[in-house]
Amino acid sequence: MSLKLRIWRQADAADKGSMVTYQLQNVSPDMSFLEMLDVLNERLTLDGEDPVAFDHDCREGICGMCSLVINGVPHGPEKATTTCQLHMRHFTDGQTIDIEPWRAAAFPVVKDLVVDRRAFDKIIQAGGYISAPTGSAPDAHATPVPKADADLAFEAATCIGCGACVAACPNGSGMLFTAAKITHLGLLPQGQPERNTRVIDMINAHDEAGFGGCTNTGECTSVCPKGIPLETIARLNKDYRQALRAAS
Amino acid sequence: MAISGAALVLFLLLHMIGNLKIFFGAEAFDHYAHWLREIGAPLLPHSGFLWIQRVGLLVALAMHVWSAAVLTIRARKARPVKYAHRKPVQGSYAARTMRWGGVIVFLFVVYHILDLTTRTFNPVADTSQANAAVVQGFAPDRWYVTAFYVLAVLTLGFHLNHGIWSGLQTLGVSNARRERVLKGTAFAVAFVTCAGFLVVPFAVLTGLVK
Repeated sequence: MSLKLRIWRQADAADKGSMVTYQLQNVSPDMSFLEMLDVLNERLTLDGEDPVAFDHDCREGICGMCSLVINGVPHGPEKATTTCQLHMRHFTDGQTIDIEPWRAAAFPVVKDLVVDRRAFDKIIQAGGYISAPTGSAPDAHATPVPKADADLAFEAATCIGCGACVAACPNGSGMLFTAAKITHLGLLPQGQPERNTRVIDMINAHDEAGFGGCTNTGECTSVCPKGIPLETIARLNKDYRQALRAAS
Repeated sequence: MAISGAALVLFLLLHMIGNLKIFFGAEAFDHYAHWLREIGAPLLPHSGFLWIQRVGLLVALAMHVWSAAVLTIRARKARPVKYAHRKPVQGSYAARTMRWGGVIVFLFVVYHILDLTTRTFNPVADTSQANAAVVQGFAPDRWYVTAFYVLAVLTLGFHLNHGIWSGLQTLGVSNARRERVLKGTAFAVAFVTCAGFLVVPFAVLTGLVK
C-alpha cells in the first residue's frame, strides 16, 4: 500500500505546530497502525529528520498509552479497538490519513502526537481508590459480591484511561473516564465507605483539571476502545445527587 | 439544565394542550383565553396567575440559558486547539444542534410573544380576540410567519428529543435497562409536542379553523 500521511508536528509545548504531509510506500496491510508509523520513523531517522513522537507501550490494547486521532476519530475507524490493535488492512491503497493528537486543554501536547495525560491521574488521586489494609492478602470470598454487580464493575474496570473519550467529546469532557471509575468502585462492597466523598472529590478534580462539562452526546462511548457504556455517566450522576443530599 | 428544562417542558405541554382548544370553536378558544386570565380569581387579580407563570418561566429560562452558557464556555476552554479533521461518530443531529437550536427557539419565543401576546406584529390588536388573532396571524398572505413557526417548532422538536433524555441522564434516572425506554419516551414527547403545535397553523391554512 502507499499512503499519504498528514501528521501533526509540534517541536515542544511552546511550538505552534502544523500538519505535515509525508508519502509512505510499501506499507503492508498486515502492519498495525503503530508499525506503519515505525516504518515512517525509520525512514525519517535515516534521512536525518526528527522522527514523529507518539505514545505507545504494550501494543496489546490494554495499557492505555497509545492515542492518535485518525481521520477525525480517536483510535481510528474500528470500533472498540485501540490504535495499536488497528491494522492497515482497514485502509485503502492511496488513502490520505490525517493523524492528530488528543485535543484538550487538560491534555497539553508534549511533542508531536504525545500529550500529557496526568490530569487523569489527578482525578484518580482525588478519590479513585479504596482504603484497605494492605499487607497479607484477604481471604478469597471474605466479602461476597453478587455476580451481576461483579460483572458490571468489571466492565467499568476495563477502562484503560487512554483519554479517547475526552478527545472525542465535543465539550472536551472527561466524564466517561470519571464515571467508569465511579461505577467500578461504587458497585463493589469495598468501594462503599468512600462512595459519597469519592464522587464529589473526583468531579471537583475533573472540573479543576480543565475538562468540559458532559452534555450526553455519547461521542465518548462510541470511540471508547473498551466500550464503556454511557450508562456509567448516569450512575455517576445518581451517585453525585445522593452524595449532595447526604452532605446537606 | 435538567431542572429548568423540565419546568419549560411542562409549560410547553400545557401550552400545546391549551392550543388544541381552538378545535372546539372560536367561542370555546376565546373563553379558554379569558379563563387563563381569571385563574385563581377572586384570590388572584386579573391575569394574576399568568404573571406568576411568566415570572416562573423567566426564572427557568434564565437558569437554562445560564447553564448552557457555562457549559459552552467550559467546552470552548476545554478545547483551545481545534481538530484539522473532525468527524462526529455517534452524536445525533439533535445533540449536535442543542446550542444553536436553543438560540433559534429563543428568538422565536421573543417574536411569538410580540405576535400573539402583545399583538405588536399581529393584525388583531384586541387581546380578548384570541381565535381571530390566531386565524389572521396564520393567514396565507402571512406565510412567512407560518414558515418561521414551523421552523421553530421543528427545531424545538429536535431540542426536546435530545434534551428530555439528556435531562433524565443528568438527574441519574437513566440506566442500561431504562436507556431505550427513556430515549423512546423523549422522542414520543418531542413528536407529540411538535405535532400538537404544528396542527394549529395547518388547520388555519386548510380552513379547518376559522
